[in-house]
Amino acid sequence: MAVNAGLAQLSDTLFTTSIALYSLALVSYCGEYAFGRRGRVAETAAVPATAKVLVGAGGPEVAPSAPPTSSAPSAVSGEAGDGAAGSPEKFGRDAVVNRPAQRFGRLAVLLTLLGAAGHLTSIVLRGTAVDRIPWGNMYEFSSAVGFVAVAAFCVVLARQPRIRYLGMFVMLPVILLMFLAGTVLYAKAAPLVPALRSYWLAIHVTAAITATGTFLVSFVASVLYLIRERYDRLVPAGAGTIRFPVSLGSRLPESRLLDQVAYRTVAFGFPVWTFGIAAGAMWAEAAWGRYWGWDPKETWAFIAWVIYAAYLHARSTAGWRGRKAAWINLLGYGAMTFNFFVVNIVVAGLHSYAGLS
Amino acid sequence: MTATGEVEQTALSTQPVERAPRSGGGPVVAARNAWRRLTSMRTALVLLFLLALAAIPGSLLPQRRLNPAKVVQYRAEHPKLAPILNRFGLFDVFASPWFAAIYLLLFISLIGCLVPRVRLHLRALRRAPPSAPRHLDRLPHSARYELDGAPDAVATRAREVLRGWRVVRREESSGAVAVSAEKGYLRETGNIVFHVSLTLLLAGVAIGKLWGYTGGVVLEEGRGFCNTVLSYDQFSAGPLAGSGGLTPFCADLGKFTATYDPDGTAANFRADITYTGQDGVERPYALQVNSPLRLQGDRLYLISHGFSPKFTVRTPAGQTFRGISAPFLPQDGNLTSEGAVKLPDALPRQIGIEGLFAPTAVDAGDGIISSGSPQPLNPAVAIFVYRGELGLDTGRPQSVYAIDPAQVASGALQRVAAANLKPGGSVKLDDGTSITFDGYLQWASFQVARDPGQRLVLVAFAFLLLGLLLSLSVRRRRFWVRLTPSAADDGPRRTVVEFGGLARSEAGGFADEFARLVHRLRESRKD
Repeated sequence: MAVNAGLAQLSDTLFTTSIALYSLALVSYCGEYAFGRRGRVAETAAVPATAKVLVGAGGPEVAPSAPPTSSAPSAVSGEAGDGAAGSPEKFGRDAVVNRPAQRFGRLAVLLTLLGAAGHLTSIVLRGTAVDRIPWGNMYEFSSAVGFVAVAAFCVVLARQPRIRYLGMFVMLPVILLMFLAGTVLYAKAAPLVPALRSYWLAIHVTAAITATGTFLVSFVASVLYLIRERYDRLVPAGAGTIRFPVSLGSRLPESRLLDQVAYRTVAFGFPVWTFGIAAGAMWAEAAWGRYWGWDPKETWAFIAWVIYAAYLHARSTAGWRGRKAAWINLLGYGAMTFNFFVVNIVVAGLHSYAGLS
Repeated sequence: MTATGEVEQTALSTQPVERAPRSGGGPVVAARNAWRRLTSMRTALVLLFLLALAAIPGSLLPQRRLNPAKVVQYRAEHPKLAPILNRFGLFDVFASPWFAAIYLLLFISLIGCLVPRVRLHLRALRRAPPSAPRHLDRLPHSARYELDGAPDAVATRAREVLRGWRVVRREESSGAVAVSAEKGYLRETGNIVFHVSLTLLLAGVAIGKLWGYTGGVVLEEGRGFCNTVLSYDQFSAGPLAGSGGLTPFCADLGKFTATYDPDGTAANFRADITYTGQDGVERPYALQVNSPLRLQGDRLYLISHGFSPKFTVRTPAGQTFRGISAPFLPQDGNLTSEGAVKLPDALPRQIGIEGLFAPTAVDAGDGIISSGSPQPLNPAVAIFVYRGELGLDTGRPQSVYAIDPAQVASGALQRVAAANLKPGGSVKLDDGTSITFDGYLQWASFQVARDPGQRLVLVAFAFLLLGLLLSLSVRRRRFWVRLTPSAADDGPRRTVVEFGGLARSEAGGFADEFARLVHRLRESRKD
């Protein structure tokens, strides 16, 4: 199996280009954030909860202007409290706030989508160049995780348009990860060792990548939740000057929404992670003679699984909801990160496919 | 499990309400309180954390089951710390009593939590949806309209709109008609299926540990083995496996082939074997990485491979040992291998050859060779020849891959020659003995494994995932419609319709569904 050097080269170029586009998107998200009016989120959150759905209490004549069979995005924005008057413009609220912020936001989304397109092409070309699924080493894995995180953010964005400016908080770790991937973790396009030449690679690693990328978005949401939650406690207490990073809280969405984003992404990522572990076990049964052997990678996958299970349980346990649950979520991503960086690079095990020497 | 928060929300859950520990003495009360504490969600959370925490040393310290040589090395490097770690089972974390204590407590807690939940859920499954709350407009989702038709007719339409829901119709004392509907019972069903599957999975793991076995064997090309304890180089079995009843089969290694990509990456490893099962028929099989041979629950794996250098030794006594070989152990990725060939029958004195084999020899310039590639492009050996007593009959166990250093130290065995040889090259000892390097054989190592719990683990896992998906994606929700005859009763009959909806807090998109239901009922016409 020969490597197509030209395609591999093109893939690397596109990878760098997408980092540049993501960085420009990051700047634009920052622009939107900076021009956005302070406290606008608190305003929208102040709409009474009873006005959530259809304000149909007025009697038979008052018909809601938005047809109830509307698609998901407008329905979710309806939950936010603007469904009553029916907003013809998708980002109607931003228009009320101010124009520069909105322009920056739209530019940021455009740059994100362009970057994601380049990124996806880079991944596909890498796969074509080596004629296999392109997640055989840490570089390829990180690149794919970054893409999943961006894609997951785009999905959340389509459902909750008002979190758009939070893109900066997603782009920041994605750019960091991709920078690491392109420098420290970089591995030249090359074929794989026999143990990895299996259809299980596509199944097992795809699940791991999807879960890792989704959990990254969840991690960001929980960090922001903790900031906002602390801000909400400090402000009524009259804590005087609120310092960074808690001061970010003034422009973050209400904590309930951030908590929900964190939960839903874990609720999606957890079954995927569970499946990924099981697919790995089935592969190990075929390759190594046992489905589970407490290899360091397996052990840390198990640790992360247990922590995310604890997160899901904590959310339905009194005294553990909210802040404590968010911390558990951060802990979960800590285990995921440890498993990727430390176990791959420092701890020797059967999963020694880092591609680093 | 604690259930607090908004009363209406918990009404949608079948979580048992946690009762406060009763005060007072007596062993029964104490035991009951302990049981409640153990089965509480809070304890489960703590145990989950403990489990995660306990697994960490198992990944950072060398583990006996994974790599016994590393444990030995670690103990030599940390003579003070290692005995303490060893006492707490930290070199075998996953078989240690304290690790078992954590997960057994967790599963007891789980079962104790699960039993009442199953009971409550079964009850909820049989029960009709609850009566409509008095004030539907106080629910998180509500609406109110006036529609054409008598209350009875609208109620019939509501039932049609609510197809797929569990619906009950009640006449209220005020004369109004109320329709209660509930949906999403699968959430709790999924939750229960998940947790039951988890216990089954643990049972499957336990069965495998108790009745399973693994054996490992190294074979040179042309050699074979049978599935008996004695023919294995290493063998480990669960306490209930019984060593007598291994599945009878034999296998011979014909040829081992490693193929490489142009850039030197290994592309494929393949061991062509013939095996004979219980029916006595000999069959060929190409054993490869990722494709084991499966025989009635026993599985045969290709684990690794290497080289066995071949020598011909001629002694002054007139003996000729032709093509004697032994597997050499790979020391690096390029298969620089070390090992020893022992000749206890050589006369007048025993001979041992210890050394290094390189499939692609690279001479660093000082006569020390190592291998530059795993492919046999330029095979060579660097050997020391020993003569004297090998010490095989001393009763002291010795490695097959090395000359016993104690024999050398005591002077019973002397190093008499050293040489770097290419195939065909030979070295002559002072007594006239000649040693010729003939070339090499390949060897492959195999593992036989049997795990009778494996299928249960797989099935349990499938249900576990199904339950997980249900419990995370299905939403439990309730929908009520109250129909009151319109006060203005002079024209065609009209009905005031009040809607109310309630979903668990995690429910995304219920607002949408609620709106859709309201809309569909409003659009429905009496025909």
